[in-house]
Amino acid sequence: MSTASGSLSARVAQIAGAQNVISDAAGLSAYQIGGKTPSAAIRPESTEHVAEIVRFAVTEKLAIVPCGARTKLDMGAAPRQYDLALDLTRLDRVVAYDPGDMTLSVEPGIPLHRIESTLAEHRQFLPLVVPFMNRATAGGTIASGVDSPLRQFYGTARDYVLGIEFVTGDGASAKSGGRVVKNVSGYDLHKLMIGALGTLGVLTRINFRTFPLPAATRAIVATFGDAARAVDLRHAVAGSPLRPLALEIVSPRAVELLGRDGLASNGDWLAVASFAGTAKALERCVRDIRQMAEQIGATAFTISEDEPSLAAPDRTSEFVPAALASSAAATILKLSVVPTRITAMLDAAAKTADVAQMHWAAVARGVGILYFALLPNERNDDTLARVERATNEIFGRCAALDGNATIPWCPAEWKSALPIWGPERGDLGPMRALKKVFDPHGVLSPGRFMGGI
Amino acid sequence: MAPSTIDSRLLHDLQKMLGRDAVLYKPDDLLLYEYDGSVEMARPDCVVFPRAAEDVVGIVRLAKRYSLPLVGRGAGTGLSGGAIARRGGIITSFARMNRILEIDAENQRARVQPGLVNSDLSLAVEHLGLHFAPDPSSQKACTIGGNVSENSGGPHTLAYGVTTNHVLALEVVLPSGELLHLGSSALDASGYDLTGLFVGSEGTFGLVTDITVKLTRLPEATKTLLAIYESVDDATETVVEITARGITPAACEMMDGWTIRAVEDYVHAGFPLDCAAVLLIEVDGLREAAEYEAAEVADVCRLHGAREVRAARDARERDLLWKGRKNAFGAVGRLSPTYYTQDGVIPRTKLPATLRRVSEIGDKYGFAIGNIFHAGDGNLHPIILFDARDKRQFENAVAASDEIIRFCIDVGGSITGEHGVGMEKDRLMPLLFSEVDLDLMRRVRDVFNPEGLLNPAKVLPSAKGCGEIHVRPAAATVGSASA
Repeated sequence: MSTASGSLSARVAQIAGAQNVISDAAGLSAYQIGGKTPSAAIRPESTEHVAEIVRFAVTEKLAIVPCGARTKLDMGAAPRQYDLALDLTRLDRVVAYDPGDMTLSVEPGIPLHRIESTLAEHRQFLPLVVPFMNRATAGGTIASGVDSPLRQFYGTARDYVLGIEFVTGDGASAKSGGRVVKNVSGYDLHKLMIGALGTLGVLTRINFRTFPLPAATRAIVATFGDAARAVDLRHAVAGSPLRPLALEIVSPRAVELLGRDGLASNGDWLAVASFAGTAKALERCVRDIRQMAEQIGATAFTISEDEPSLAAPDRTSEFVPAALASSAAATILKLSVVPTRITAMLDAAAKTADVAQMHWAAVARGVGILYFALLPNERNDDTLARVERATNEIFGRCAALDGNATIPWCPAEWKSALPIWGPERGDLGPMRALKKVFDPHGVLSPGRFMGGI
Repeated sequence: MAPSTIDSRLLHDLQKMLGRDAVLYKPDDLLLYEYDGSVEMARPDCVVFPRAAEDVVGIVRLAKRYSLPLVGRGAGTGLSGGAIARRGGIITSFARMNRILEIDAENQRARVQPGLVNSDLSLAVEHLGLHFAPDPSSQKACTIGGNVSENSGGPHTLAYGVTTNHVLALEVVLPSGELLHLGSSALDASGYDLTGLFVGSEGTFGLVTDITVKLTRLPEATKTLLAIYESVDDATETVVEITARGITPAACEMMDGWTIRAVEDYVHAGFPLDCAAVLLIEVDGLREAAEYEAAEVADVCRLHGAREVRAARDARERDLLWKGRKNAFGAVGRLSPTYYTQDGVIPRTKLPATLRRVSEIGDKYGFAIGNIFHAGDGNLHPIILFDARDKRQFENAVAASDEIIRFCIDVGGSITGEHGVGMEKDRLMPLLFSEVDLDLMRRVRDVFNPEGLLNPAKVLPSAKGCGEIHVRPAAATVGSASA
C-alpha cells in the first residue's frame, strides 16, 4: 500500500472511525469496479459522516462511488477516477414505517428482504422484485434503476418513491418530495436520482409508498412453439379486462437458465403471468387467460397455486444473474419498444444472434421491456468484435422501431468498445448541466453515467 | 381603463409572426387573462395564441429579445396562480394547440397538443375502451398541458396515480428557444428522468408543445357507494380502516355536512341534508373484484357507524353522485362573495385529528370552513368563506389558511397535494424545505430557465417576501375553482 493511500485511510478514519474504514488489499478487492480498486472503503454510520466524507473528497479532489451490497456495480461505466468506496450498508435502518398511512422511510443500506419481512408483518410489501434479490439494498436498487416484473401492475420506482434525501457533491444534505402519497410541492428532484448510478447525490433516505400484499395470487405458465404466439397472449390480455401483476415472455434458453420447477422448456417459449385477488376473481383470471392461451395455440398450460409469494416474478427477476453466470462474456441488452413491436424486436435480435453463431436468451416484460442476453462461450477480442457487430445491428433495428437500447451488463473491458448507453440523446446537454448543479466538483461517481457524466 | 402597456415594436413583431388575430393587447381583451382559478391576479402586456411548436419557438425568441417575462397558459383553471403573469409580459395561450395528434389504442398511448381539454381525450378514446386516468374536477375545462405543468391530480388518483404517472414523453421549448424531446413512447428512456423532472415544474422550465401520455383501460365494473355518517370522526376512521383491509378504492372522497347542504341545494344529487359527513367511495376492476370490494367497503362503513350505505344502481345514479362532488366548489361559491380553497396533504391516519383542528381554526377566526377532499390520499381541501372586500376578513382568511397548512406540516404532510405552489405558496416553501433544498431547486430551474424570464416569481420564494396578494372581483370566483 502506498503512503498516500495509507494517509488517506487514516484521514477518513478520523471522520468515520477506524473500525469503519477498509484499506487492506483483500478487503478492497470486493469494491472493484471495472478493474479499478479504491484506496479505501468507508462504512459511515450516519448521514453526517456521509456529508463530511463528501466534503473531504471535494477538498482533496477525490472521487467517491457510493455502494450498497455491490450487486449492481457492474452496471454503467467504470468510474474515471475511484478513490473512495462509500459503503452504505451500515445505514440500514427503517426510519419510519406507518402501516396505516402505507408509507415507509428507510436508509439506503437496508436489504430489500428486510423491508419485505418488516412490511409483511402488516400484510404490505414493496413491488420491487429485482435481480440479486437476496442481497440487494434499497439504495442500490433505486440508484441502479433496475426494474421489477411487477411493474406491469404497480409501475416502477418513480411511481412509488415519494421522496429522497441525499448528500450533494458539495457535501450538503438536501431533499425533495416528502412522505405523503400525494405531493406537488417543489421540483421532483428525486426522480433524477432513480437510475443515476450515484452521479447526482449519495442517497441517505428513501421514502416509499407501500402496497397491500394480495390475499392470494396465482401464477400461470402457457407454453408456445414460438415467440410470436407467446407475445400474442400478452396482446390478448392487454385487450381484456384482466390486470395481471406481471406478464412475461421467456425464451427457451432463459427457461433453462432459470431452471426451476414448473418451468420446463424443450425449445418452447413460455408466457408467464401472475394475478392477485379473491378466490372468485382468481378463478376468472385463470379461466380467461387459459381460454386466450388455447385459442392462440398454447401446447401446455399450468397453474401454480403458491402461497402469496408472487411466484412467477420471483423467478424471472433472477434472469440477469442467471445469464451472467452462464457465460464467460454475457452481454445483456435492455431494449424497450412499444408492446406491439415486442415480437419484431425479439425476432430481429434472435436472428442477429443466430447469424453471429452466439447463444442467446431473452425475457420480455409485457410492458415492452426486453432483456436480451448474448451469451458467447469465450471472452476475447474476436468475440468482442462479433458482439459489437451484433449489438450494433440490434440497436439499429431497435432505433428503427422507435425504441430505446442500452447495455446494462457486459464484461468490464468491453464497456468502452460497446455502445452501452445507446445512441446519443438530444437531451444530453441538460443532463450534463444538471450533473454540474448537483456535483459541481465532479466527486460523485465520475464517468459512471451516460455521456461520461 | 389603463392604456395598453405593450411595446409597439414587439406588437408588430408578434402580429407579423402569428397574425393579427393571434395577439391580444387591448386592456379590455386582457381582463380574462389577469386571473386563473386562484385568488391572485396580475395583468399581462399581451396574450398570444401559437398554432405550432415553431410559433412557440418564435414567441420565446421575441420574449428573450425584448427581455419580457413569458407565461404559458391552458384554460386558466389552476388554483395557485401558475398561469398568471405575475411580473407582466407575454402570456402564451395554448388554446389553439388543442389537437389529438395520434391515438395508438393497441399500445394504449396518445400524443396530444398541450391545449387539448382533459376530458376531450377520454371522450375520444372511450369507444376503444380506454381513458386518460388523471381526472381533475375541472376536467371539462382544464387542459392536458396545464395538467402536465401542475402535475394535476383528481379523485381517481388514489388508485390510478397523478399526471406524472401517465406522461411518457414531452416536446418542450426552452426559454433559449431550443426545442427538446424528453422521454419516449417506449418505456425507460435512457439517461436522467427529465420527463419526470419537467412534469409538475409549473411552467418554470419550458413551454410544453407536445405530450405523449398513457391511456388506461376502462374497468369492466365500477361500484359507487355513498356512506352517510352522523359524525365526521366515524367517516375519517372508515377511510383508515378500508386501506388497512388491503383495499385501494379507485376513489374515496369525503364531504362534511356543511358542504353537503350547500351542494344539495345546488345539484340535487340526493345527499341527505341532516348528516355530518358522507364518503363517496368507488371500487373498480374485474366484476368479481369490484363486487367483493364493494361488499367489504360497505361492511367497514357500517362497522364504523355509517347510518346508511347506498350503492349507485346504474350509471345515471353514479353520475349524479359524482356531479355533486365535482360541482361542490361551484355550489359553495354561491354562498359567499369569495372563498379560498386550501390544498394541504396529511398522512391518512391523521385525518380525524386534522379535521378537528380545522374546525377549531374556523371557530377561532369566526369562519365557516367546509371540508371536501380526497380522503383516501389525505389530500384536504378546506374551503374558507369570506368577503374579500373586507380587508380584515381577507387577512383573517389568509391567517386561518396558513394555520391549517402549518398543522398539515406538523403532522408530516405537505403544503400542496395537487394545486401547485405557484404564486400562492412560494412563501410557504421554507416551511418544508431548507435553504439548501431551495437553492438546489433554484439552480435546477436555472439549467433550463437561466434568466428567469419564464414564469417568474413562481414556486420558489423570492428573497423579498410577499406583499402582493391580490383579490379579484367576487363575481369571477363563483364556480371557477375546482379540485
